[in-house]
Amino acid sequence: MANAQPAETFSPIFGRLTLDWIPYHEPILVATFAGVALGGLVVLALMTYFKLWGPLWRDWVTSVDHKKIGIMYMILGFIMMIRGFADALMMRAQQAMAAGEAAGYLPPHHFDQVFTAHGVIMIFFVAMAFVTGIMNYVMPMQIGARDVAFPFLNNFSFWMTVAGALLVNISLFVGEFARVGWLAFPPLSGANYSTGPGMDYYLWALQIAGIGTTLSGINLIATILKMRAPGMKLMDMPIFTWTALITNVLIVVAFPVLTATLALLTLDRYADFHFFTNDFGGNAMMYINLIWIWGHPEVYILIIPCFGVFSEIVSTFSGKPIFGYKTMVWATACIMVLSFVVWLHHFFTMGSGASVNTFFGITTMIIAVPTGVKIFNWLFTMYKGRVRLEVPMYWTIGFLITFTIGGMTGVLLAVPPVDFQLHNTLFLIAHFHNVIIGGVVFAVYAAVSYWWPKAFGFKLNDKWGKRTFWFWFVGFYFAFMPLYALGLMGVTRRMNAYPDAAWQPYFIVAAFGAVLILLGIISTFVNFYVSIRDRNENRVGNDPWDARTLEWATQSPPAPYNFPFDLQITGREAFWTMKKQGFTWPKENYKPIHMPKGTATGVMISALALAFGFAMVWYIWWLAILAFVGMLGLGIAHTFNYKRDYYIPVDEVAATEAKGAAA
Amino acid sequence: MSHSQTASVSIADHEVHHDSPTPIGFWIYLMSDCIIFGALFATYAVLGGGFAGGPGPKDLFEPGFVAIETALLLFSSITFGLAMLQADKGKRDGTMMWLVITGLLGAGFIAMELYEFRHLIHIGAGPDRSAFLSSFFALVGTHGLHVTGGIIWLVTLLTQIKAHGLTTANMRRLGTLSMFWHFLDLIWIGVFSFVYLVRLI
Repeated sequence: MANAQPAETFSPIFGRLTLDWIPYHEPILVATFAGVALGGLVVLALMTYFKLWGPLWRDWVTSVDHKKIGIMYMILGFIMMIRGFADALMMRAQQAMAAGEAAGYLPPHHFDQVFTAHGVIMIFFVAMAFVTGIMNYVMPMQIGARDVAFPFLNNFSFWMTVAGALLVNISLFVGEFARVGWLAFPPLSGANYSTGPGMDYYLWALQIAGIGTTLSGINLIATILKMRAPGMKLMDMPIFTWTALITNVLIVVAFPVLTATLALLTLDRYADFHFFTNDFGGNAMMYINLIWIWGHPEVYILIIPCFGVFSEIVSTFSGKPIFGYKTMVWATACIMVLSFVVWLHHFFTMGSGASVNTFFGITTMIIAVPTGVKIFNWLFTMYKGRVRLEVPMYWTIGFLITFTIGGMTGVLLAVPPVDFQLHNTLFLIAHFHNVIIGGVVFAVYAAVSYWWPKAFGFKLNDKWGKRTFWFWFVGFYFAFMPLYALGLMGVTRRMNAYPDAAWQPYFIVAAFGAVLILLGIISTFVNFYVSIRDRNENRVGNDPWDARTLEWATQSPPAPYNFPFDLQITGREAFWTMKKQGFTWPKENYKPIHMPKGTATGVMISALALAFGFAMVWYIWWLAILAFVGMLGLGIAHTFNYKRDYYIPVDEVAATEAKGAAA
Repeated sequence: MSHSQTASVSIADHEVHHDSPTPIGFWIYLMSDCIIFGALFATYAVLGGGFAGGPGPKDLFEPGFVAIETALLLFSSITFGLAMLQADKGKRDGTMMWLVITGLLGAGFIAMELYEFRHLIHIGAGPDRSAFLSSFFALVGTHGLHVTGGIIWLVTLLTQIKAHGLTTANMRRLGTLSMFWHFLDLIWIGVFSFVYLVRLI
């Protein structure tokens, strides 16, 4: 395996891309490529055979329907989870082997790329894709809307995220990825220490996906503020919608900082600027401050919608309204504000002095208060409720236990003197996996099992759902508890090999935990397969869980327009109210329904953005210019299209509604 | 709670018509853009003293030149306001005339900025010289790119107003471009004050 990179050359046509950058001499990558290529070919062949290209293009790729876009985000999340988890398995295997004299099987040059790719993919293309997908799918229906405020922008945001994800995956087979850790601290990520295309893949992938995320944030805020059913006050919205609102505010405030920071690093690397360099007055700590001003709110962007998911589930399966609705809303709002005044706890060791560290230590600990309020609200919702232990509740209870442990280790880390001991150790790694797996991953699984029947009209398989849960739950503890212990022993993160063989048993236990999680992931896909195969036995009505919020008033799966009539709503838990009132949808007097039209502009601009990113990575300037002009041109051309909507005729509405009644 | 007793859901009497979400959506976008500028201002504040032995603000900035540049942009905000007044009266030709003047003032501003950049690079005070100059070029250049984008948008909208007149859709676009233009003016006042004026004292 080549530790040295190919020599830097430049040609006007291919930039610095040469055949030497294709890693055909690395067996792991060749085998992966063969697998991906073969799998891809099979999919392409099957799609052609079943003539699926037309429907795929019309009904999905160019669709502006928030439900379809939501499902596509979830598919992206699951696909990227396989990639990110493969990286995790490689790291666990390497560290289980590379003790004492042993070197393991991954050389540092490769190992460093693996842990960078794992972090980047899991945060930006798995967790972000999942939470954006769930918000996209559920939120508009919860507020009684037919779609989001800017449907075209929604489609465009999704495809920009895909373009970023593709760019990261292209780096696997063309060139290499960054070797800098998921946040790419300079000066390591600067031009002097990160040569080659890897770091540039990182920058352009995140920049392209980040545009999608910011636009999606703006879109969903505008949706919640302007598209609610008449009569629904802010304080009447379901908790999940509240958390979606707050999350998207965080996105809109935090992501521009990421955009600016990465742009400055890009200027350092491409145009010899000196923001974060060691010389000419640059200051690397400026980058670290800026990136964490984005980075800390980012972890709340991931977890807050998950709090919303658990709130819906715990209320539905306890048969009670959520306990302490207003405190739930205000706790979330407090977390939103506090998440912007804690960033320095990520680098207490910078040396800003006792006073500054104390300030940030205390603000960090204060966040535990509103979070604790939420934990107790969920517990009190279950208290004296008739709790039904369905699969979503397994995940919720697993979350309550696991997340509380993770939260407490977080408070430990918030104590600056403790942090000086634990900074950059595996204790930190264990902590954030404790909250992200216990919080975000469990919430995503809970959400998928909860809303799946709404999206597809049949339930997921119960047995496989519980197997998935137990593998993940037990696997998590096996995989990360040893890391807490190792961290307390002073084992630092990101080590390719270590001299002390006494650590090895812990790493082997952690690797075993990773294998259990692997079984959990396999169970997930078996569950999808089995459930789709047996879908006719598992068909359910529109309200399989006896739920309380408005999305359950639609058909399963919902009609393109969600609701056949506009609703006038007073009070919380609109669907529960409807059930109490004995509400039924009228079967006549339908009116034509005003809907946005699909468009291919989003996917086309994103394809050009991918070409632009690739060209910038490899210094293929002509292609970069061409792609950029193309993006601009397509964007402008789109504004000349004034016919962006249409009416679904009454006959079609009546037919769709009749079909729903029969099912 | 009394809350649950009053809860009710019914079919809305008439078709629900939501106000256009565009103005609020665009406002939110502007705020996000404002944060990008905030990060660049912060960078300039932190790194603005990193001269690395190179030239500083007093060696480089010409107050008179920047004042004219600023005047061009401020006047363009006034002329955009006049265009909006014409548009509100439904006068297409007057709207277009003031928009053209606005665009020309903007183009004059960009031309002066490019001249300044070229001059600085020419005398060896380019962005690669020091962290101070890096942060200066990044902040002022980002503003310049925004104004350039605004001019492209303005030209696009001019052709659309010419083709379709002051329709509802075009009035909405005019309103958002107006917000964008004034926003850039506001950012420039920050740039003028914190980048040029304060550093010249």
